Formats: sequence, structure tokens, C-alpha cells
Amino acid sequence: MINILIELGFALFSIVIALLVGIAFILLAGESPLDAYHALYIGSIGSWREFLNTLWRATPLIFTGFALALPFKAGLFNIGGEGQLLVGGFAAGFVGFYFTGIPGGLHVALAIIAAIAAGALWGLIPGILKAYKGAHEVITTIMLNYIAIQLTIRYGIERYRIGGRQALPTIQDSAKLLRFNDLAELPVVGSLPFIEAFALPGLRLHFNFILALLAALFLWYLLWKTTTGYELRAVGFNASAAEYGGISSKKTIILSMVIAGALAGLAGAGEALGTHHTFMSGMDAGLGFTGIAVALLGRNHPFGIVAAGILFGALSQGGLEMQFVGIPSEIVTIIQALVIFFVAGLQMLKWFLLKQREKGEAE
Amino acid sequence: MAEENNYLLEMRGITKIFPGVKANDNIDLLVKKGEIHALVGENGAGKTTLMKILYGLYDSDQGEIYFAGNKIRMTDPQQAINLGIGMVHQHFKLIDTLTVTENIILGSEPRQGVAINYREARRQVEEISNKYNLKVDPDAKIQDISVGMQQRVEIIKILYRGADLLIFDEPTAVLTPQEIDELFEIFNSLQEQGKTIIFITHKLREVKAISDRITVLRDGKSVDSVNTEEVTEKDVAELMVGREVLFRVDKGEAKPGESVFQVENLQVKDNRGIMTVNGISFEISKGEIFGIAGVEGNGQTELVEALTGLRQIAGGRVYYKGEDITELSAREIKDRHIGHIPEDRLRRGLVTQFSLSENFILGFHHQEPYSKNIFMNYKAIDQHAQSLIQDFDVRTSSHQILASKLSGGNQQKLIIAREFRQDPELLIAAQPTRGVDVGSIEFIHSQLIKKRDEGTAILLVSAELSEVMSLSDRLGVIYEGEIVKTFAADEADEREIGRLMTGSGKEVKTGE
Amino acid sequence: METIAQMFTLPLLLISFRYATPLILAALGGVFNERSGVINIALEGMMLFGAFAAVYGSGVTGNPWIGVLYSIGAGLAFALILAIVCVTFKADQIVVATGINIFASGLTIYFLQVLYGVAGTSPRAPRLPSIRILGMRYNPITLIAVALVPIVWFILFKTPWGLRIRSIGEHPSAADTLGINVNRYRFICVLISGALAGLAGAHLSIGEFSAFVREMSQGRGFIALAAMIFGKWHPVGAFGAALLFGYAEAISIRVDFAFIPSELIRAIPYVLTIIVLAGFIGKAIPPKAIGKPYFKGED
Repeated sequence: MINILIELGFALFSIVIALLVGIAFILLAGESPLDAYHALYIGSIGSWREFLNTLWRATPLIFTGFALALPFKAGLFNIGGEGQLLVGGFAAGFVGFYFTGIPGGLHVALAIIAAIAAGALWGLIPGILKAYKGAHEVITTIMLNYIAIQLTIRYGIERYRIGGRQALPTIQDSAKLLRFNDLAELPVVGSLPFIEAFALPGLRLHFNFILALLAALFLWYLLWKTTTGYELRAVGFNASAAEYGGISSKKTIILSMVIAGALAGLAGAGEALGTHHTFMSGMDAGLGFTGIAVALLGRNHPFGIVAAGILFGALSQGGLEMQFVGIPSEIVTIIQALVIFFVAGLQMLKWFLLKQREKGEAE
Repeated sequence: MAEENNYLLEMRGITKIFPGVKANDNIDLLVKKGEIHALVGENGAGKTTLMKILYGLYDSDQGEIYFAGNKIRMTDPQQAINLGIGMVHQHFKLIDTLTVTENIILGSEPRQGVAINYREARRQVEEISNKYNLKVDPDAKIQDISVGMQQRVEIIKILYRGADLLIFDEPTAVLTPQEIDELFEIFNSLQEQGKTIIFITHKLREVKAISDRITVLRDGKSVDSVNTEEVTEKDVAELMVGREVLFRVDKGEAKPGESVFQVENLQVKDNRGIMTVNGISFEISKGEIFGIAGVEGNGQTELVEALTGLRQIAGGRVYYKGEDITELSAREIKDRHIGHIPEDRLRRGLVTQFSLSENFILGFHHQEPYSKNIFMNYKAIDQHAQSLIQDFDVRTSSHQILASKLSGGNQQKLIIAREFRQDPELLIAAQPTRGVDVGSIEFIHSQLIKKRDEGTAILLVSAELSEVMSLSDRLGVIYEGEIVKTFAADEADEREIGRLMTGSGKEVKTGE
Repeated sequence: METIAQMFTLPLLLISFRYATPLILAALGGVFNERSGVINIALEGMMLFGAFAAVYGSGVTGNPWIGVLYSIGAGLAFALILAIVCVTFKADQIVVATGINIFASGLTIYFLQVLYGVAGTSPRAPRLPSIRILGMRYNPITLIAVALVPIVWFILFKTPWGLRIRSIGEHPSAADTLGINVNRYRFICVLISGALAGLAGAHLSIGEFSAFVREMSQGRGFIALAAMIFGKWHPVGAFGAALLFGYAEAISIRVDFAFIPSELIRAIPYVLTIIVLAGFIGKAIPPKAIGKPYFKGED
């Protein structure tokens, strides 16, 4: 419990420092930090609708955060969230527009399954190469990111696009993920009393957020309530001891990468089926890499990642409002990067303090 | 001090305390100029710690060091190098991808302008090589040359830096018999050129063959320093092992049942691909402890890993209750109720970042009641942990704390509790009391005996001779991957075993 | 047949050097830091920031050579972050480098807005002069990049300095016992890497072009990483791989293939790198100590 509070403290501390350093960049831009952070607040959690849109922004980040965190528990660094998201998004977008005449629910499900499969494949490749060939997963996943870009954004879109827009054709209505502001129009659900609260113009939150929350529960359960999770954590902490306990580290490594890829694929599915209703160039927008920061800030815990994802989502969503009042929204990206530096740096500080304390005890 | 000039090196009253262990306790080591001085003792006697203090890798807590008559205080290896002290580490500090010459000159390269003068470098390497008869190929890469040549590179490396005192940490451990003979020739030629050598070992045959004087360490203390020619191997073995059997164990007569475990002509390779278990055969019956005594590094690690499915077996067969288990995986072996107390509890035996509860089921986590299908049953796991903590007297505040928070003795009890509770019919225990306090040792010993009396077959591998002798019903002595002799408990003679495990009971191998 | 003939024209081969330039420079930088045992996946960010700084320096002073100095300074500044946080304070190299890449992306766009009030493309700035060789126009950075190849080779394989760098990437404790300051060498190697990646950025913005475009490095830092691996951490090998990858880029842009989409040709460098890493054709083995912070006195 105390550990969790300390972790939380460190995370908040990193964010506060990052925001303080961010002031310098706001001043440099000739703007008032007060105005800027006020806009950030208004734009992210200033109203019910903006809060819901913050959740919308957070959704893919939560998924890509998971994609880093799970293999990390098994001792691997999956930098491939970006590529796994892209192939997942492409698969979903493709199934979404290419097939017609499938009933609504089924079409969405098929598109999502396609995304999961594609993402999982993009995780399987580096997993196998690591387990059986010892190829460093950081490099192979980076390379697979770029292969994914070439295959989907460059080649895939070029092959199927209609007109000048750098995107696949718009998906069929039957493949669209349910948006929260459409809830009111549903038969039974629509008559619930609180549902009106979601019938807001400009609300973009869709059901992938619910999937993200379910995924968090799934991961938490998987990691701490199943033998698979037990084995995965054992391999991550001490592969030799895991081997002694009869656990195959090869299988564990591959499995963690496959699930990670599937989760990143889900991020892509949400963007394609819920946010843009197509697979388009620029859709990834560094979500895979930002997910690394989210996982880091969330201390690789599924619930921590949800919280960190919402925080980063708030920064992105609030950044729009900042832009609206004439302050460069890229300050938000800068703050996100600063958070990474400070979290990484503070981890070392904590480690250093711990070491000092142990030394003190030994003497 | 009048005798000052006699000694090149004087280490007096050296004490070094690590948390919980007095690694060096008021040790004296006096080395004369130009002699080959053997520093002998069992594992954990404090040899390596003492040499690391001399080389500046550790700082001593007490004591003084004089080198060539001057008082020195060593703080880092560079200082030792500058003074003319060089060390050949047990694990070579060589860079595989570089050439012999590059490894030797690294850090003090001869130059020509901004570039390395490779011609000069090679000339110097060849000069040293010829002078001391250290045959090396200056242009070969380290990864392509033999271990023996690698060692010669290490020697040239320190001679290149002008060392007068050369420390060798267990130099023969990695060598073939021919290479050992060559090394001793090198020692002689170094001595002829006026160099002084400190030679750490526990192989008494070698000590007798090459050294001028011997300092014996035991339990962190210097027991004695003697002239080699005035003592026999037997004398040194006694000094080294100590007369007293440290732990007396109350045990009744063994009542062995049928034979359950047979190992036939087992061969196993180590990580470098060298055959380190060379055709070992033995069998163990129900209700019997078979002990393997020996100095560490003679194949015990590989033997135990092979028997527990953690290392591939290169040759021979292993049978358990009539079944051939040679090819089985670690999990398959565990599932057959074969318990394993690993020699290194932190590397193998525990996931220290796991809670005690989670550690109590390592290896059994896939079995009921701890899990069903893939779902863990933490209630059952916690209950299991609590009952084990109670029964095996694991001192802890809770079953939920991390295993890293336990003391060494309690960590070991955790492992023993875990392995015992599965009712093993065969138990393989490697160094079961290493690094644990006396109270825990007694507890662990009595548990092993109890298990034996319940009918478990036990293989006990230990570097502690007294432990093997007091617990075993039968015992074998391992040396260089072979069991050189097997004894029944009542006919085992400590001195003879001491000689066998240091290799002096074996006929001298030359040029085979 | 016609396509194949197009693939091997002299102009195409000559122009490959232009496409390869940023890859050569960043890959040479990567050789330095990786040989010393530090992973640098921030080459991309350093290159991007260098590209921006070059335009800024060139625009402010009117002298593109000052722009080149700015680009090197920008690469150094980012490398300093990596070196301090990861070498001195031993934080995770992958995490921090990822942060640098995000930082570079945000910072350059931020500066575009703050300094120029634009979102996509900076105003024009004076570009470097070009030199005609065999009928092909080259900017001086291309020549510098090619000239650096033998220099880096010489430093790494002929000087004491290079020997020490290679040793600390393989077996830092061996070097340490011989009195070599492991972390100081690593620090310097990371800085060199940053300077070269920054210079690569200048090639993109004021060498081949005369303005900065957001995200203009387009993953070239990662292709450089690939070239370095494909070239097996050897400067000449990295040069060859960079040239091959530059050639792949050139034909994907300049040759019209009927049967293979050009987008797929551009994926070839990445595929080749994975194949080499996995050991399917001549295994690429990284320096042994790579990515692990070094604590003094460890084994």
C-alpha cells in the first residue's frame, strides 16, 4: 500500500516538474502560463463533454500502454506498439469497408477480430525471433513499425483509396463502433434516465474505451490471478528461477508479445472503426510511442496505465483548447516528453536512495 | 622491522566484514621476493577476498599492507598495476572479439602519432612471449584460441604492465592436465626471471608440485604458513579441512529400501561446451542419503542441473522408479515428485520479487489446489504458505512480504519447505546450507534426516566436507567430473577424502 | 527489361549518395555509441532537431555554414540529455531515447509556430552551395559524410581511442581493470553520435532543400540504425548498407515498376535488417555489453 502511494507520489511529482518546466516554453512563446494552463484545464476536464472527450483521447494510449507493459513484465521492451496499431487499424478499416451486407454487430466484431489478429501477428514475429533466435526485440519491433508504415499507410492506402484523401474508403455503417452520443437512439438503453448525459454534440467517445477498461481488468486478472500471469512475471523477474520452476521462457516471451500486439491492434481498431471511420494516413500520430510514456508513468500496472492514459489524454485534449486561444499545442507534446525524462530520472533517484539506505543498514 | 627486506609483500591483520560474514579475520600473509607462494583453503575460506583487497577491488576494514617495504593503501586496481602487482582473474578479463595483441596493450598502447603502433606492440608482445616462454599468436582473436592460450595472454598482459608480483586466482581450474603442466613451466620461468607469484588453489597435488611456501586459510583465518618441502599433502589437507567435524547430527541407522534412482555413465557439458561430467554412475535407494563430496567446480553444478532437467544430457541414462527420465523437461521431472534444492537460491531457487506465498508454489503453481486450469487459487496458496511457514519455522512477519526481505537462512527454509511438502520420493539437495546461520543449518540437517527416515532417497551435493560426512549413509568423492571413490559412511576417512577431493589421491596425469 | 535498365543508370547510382547521406552520418554516429555499449534509438529525434536548427541558424545569420554548426549543436544538446540521464545516472536508454524522439517532434513544431508562426513548413533559408561531380549536384555534407567513413574507420580501428571504445562495448569490466574510464568514453561517444545525427539533419533541411518541414526526418534515423546493424557495427559496412538503402529510396522514387509497388521497395531495408539480426544470413552480433549501464567494480 505504501509502495503504491510512493509510486503515485513519484508520478505526480514528475508531472508537476514537467508542467513547471513547460512554463518556460509558454513564456518563450510570449504567452501567459496562467492562460495556457487554464485553457488546458478547460479543454480537458473543464466540462462533462470535454472530460468524456479526454477519455476518448485516452483510449488508444491506454491500449498502446498495455502493449508495452505486458511484455515488460516478462522482461521485454516492445517498441512495436506503433506498427501493431497500424496493422490492426488497417485490418479493421479494410474489413470495415471491403465487406458489405454483414449485419451490424457481426461486422464490427469481424473487423475487431481482424485487428486483433493482425496486431497479434505483428507481435508474434518479434516474439519468435527473440525466443528462438535471440534477435533484440527493440530493434526488430522498430523495423516492424516501419514495415507496417510502408505496408499500410503507403502501399495499402495507395492500392484502395478513392480520390485524393490519404485514406481507405470510409467503412460501412455496419462496421462502425457505437458512439456514446448514439446511445440515446438505442431501443432499450435509450430510455434509461441518465443516457441523456451522453447525447452531446461533438462528443467523440466511443465504445473502444469500454473495451480498454475491460482490457485493463483482463490484464490485471491475467497477471495476478492466472498461472499464465504467474509464469510471465516469474520469467520477467528471474528467468533462471522460472526455468527451475518448470516454466518455458520461450513460450512465455512469445505469448506476451502476441497479447501485446493484439492489444495495440485494438487501439488501431478503435481509431479506424470509432474515431475516423476509416484507416487514414497520420492516424497513428505517434500513439505507439506515447503509449511507452503512458506505461512508464503508470508503472506498468493495468490500472496505473488507465490513469496515466487519461492524464495524457487530458493533455492532448486540453492542447486543442490551448491552440484555440492561440498557444502552440505542441507544448503538450513537450510536456509529455519531459514527463518521460523526469519519470526515468526519478526512478534512478529512488534506486539510488534505496541503495544508500541498504548501505547504511549494512554498516 | 628487521625482516622487512625479506618480504616483498606483507599483509598483516587483514579483516574484512561483509554484512553477516567475517570473510577475512585477522589474516597474515607474508610473501618473500622471488618465491611461489600457494594460498590454499576451502571454498569460503577467504582467499579471493584477501586477494581482492590486495588488488584494490575491496577496501579492508582493518590491517596493514606493506609492499617492497612501503606501507600502501590500495584503492583501485590502477594503483596496484602502477606498483607492479598484477592479477590473473579466475574469470579472464579478455575481450573475445579483439586480438591477443589488442587485449594486451589495451589502456597503455604504444603510439605512432595518433595511431597505435601495432608493429611496436607486436614486437613487445613477442619479446615478453619469448622471454618467459609464453607461446601466443599475437594476431589471433581471443574467441579463436584455447583457454590455455587465453591464460597466457592474461599473464603477458600483466607482465606488459611491468608486474613483479603476479597473483593467480585458481589458475588451474579451467585447464587441461597438459595445460597445467605448461602453466607450471611458465611459473618456473617467471621465477627464474625474478618474479614473485601468489597462487590461489585448493588442489594440493599442485601445491606440492610447484610452490615454495604455503599459507593455509580456514574460515577466514590464517591457520599456518609452512615451507612446502617440510610438509606432506596430508598435513596440508588436515590444516585446510580442520580436524573437528563442525556439526554433529543425531541420526539413526539407515534402513535403505529398494533402489529408486539410477544414474548410468552420465556425461554433461558446461556452458562452454566442455565435458565437465565425465561418466558418473551411482544409485540411491529409498531411505538413504548418498552424498557427493568435492571441491566446487568439479562438475557438481552440471550434474545436478542435468538430473533436474535444467541442462541437456550429453551421454548416459538416468532412471527413476524404473522409468527412463533422461530426456524429460524440468516440469516433467518436478511432476514426478523429484524435489530439488538448488545450489544458488537467489539465482535459481527464488523469485525474490515474488511474495513468500508465490515462492512456496514455484514449480507447483500449475497443480491443484494452487490452480485449476489456468486460474490461480490464492486462498489455497496463502493457506499453504501459512502452514509451511509454521511447520518449517520460517521467520517472517507475513506470507505476503517479498522473498528478498528474508534472511538467507529463512530463504533456504522456504525452499526446503516447498520441496519437502510435495512429498518427494527423491530429493536432490545441492549445497543445502550454504550461507545460512548455524541455527538454520541444524534445522535443515534434521529435516533431511527426517525425510530420509520417511523413506525418501536423497542425493546430497555439498562442498562442506563435514556436512557430507555427517549426513550421508554412503558418499562418493567427485574430482574433475568423475566419482573417484565411493565409501560407506562408517568407513569414510576424513583425511583420505580430503586428499581425494583435492586431486592428490588420483594418479598424476601427464601428457595424456 | 526497360525497368531493369532504368535501375542501373549512372545518374541513379550517383543520386543514391544524396539519399544515403543522412543515413551514412547517423549510422556512423550509431557505430560510435553502440560500439561503446550505448543504444541510441534517438538518432531520429537528433536528426529532426538538427534539421530545424540548421534552417534557423542559416536563416538568422544568412550563412548556411552557421546553420550547419547549429545543427551539430542541436544534435549535441539532445545527446547531452541521453548521456547525462543514461550514462551518468544510468536510467533506461530505450525509455529516455523514446522521450527524446517525442521531444524533438514537439519541440520543432513548437518552434515553427513560435518563431515563424507556421504549422507545417518554415520560411526559406539560405541553403548550402552545391558542387557538381560527374554531372550530379552534391551539397558539401554529402562529401563530408563520405570523407568521414575512412576517418571513423581509422579512429575506431587504428587509434588507442578506438580500441578502448571497442573494448568497453564488449567487456567494460575488463577495460575498467586496465584503468579505462568506461563511463567517460561512453559519454563522449554519445555526444559524437548526436553531433553526426544533427549534421545529418542539416543535409535534409539546408543541403537538399532550403526549409524545414515538420517531421522531415521521416524515420531516417531508424533506417540509419538499420544500416548500422546491417553493416555489422562497422563504419565501412554501415556506409555500404546506407548506400544500399539510399539506392532503394532512389529507385522507389525515380523508377516506375510495373510489378512491385515502390512502397514495398522502401520496406526492404527494414526487412533485411530483421533477417540479419535473426541470423538467417550471416548473423549480426551486437556489442556484448550494449544497453547495460556500467557500475564501477562490477564483474
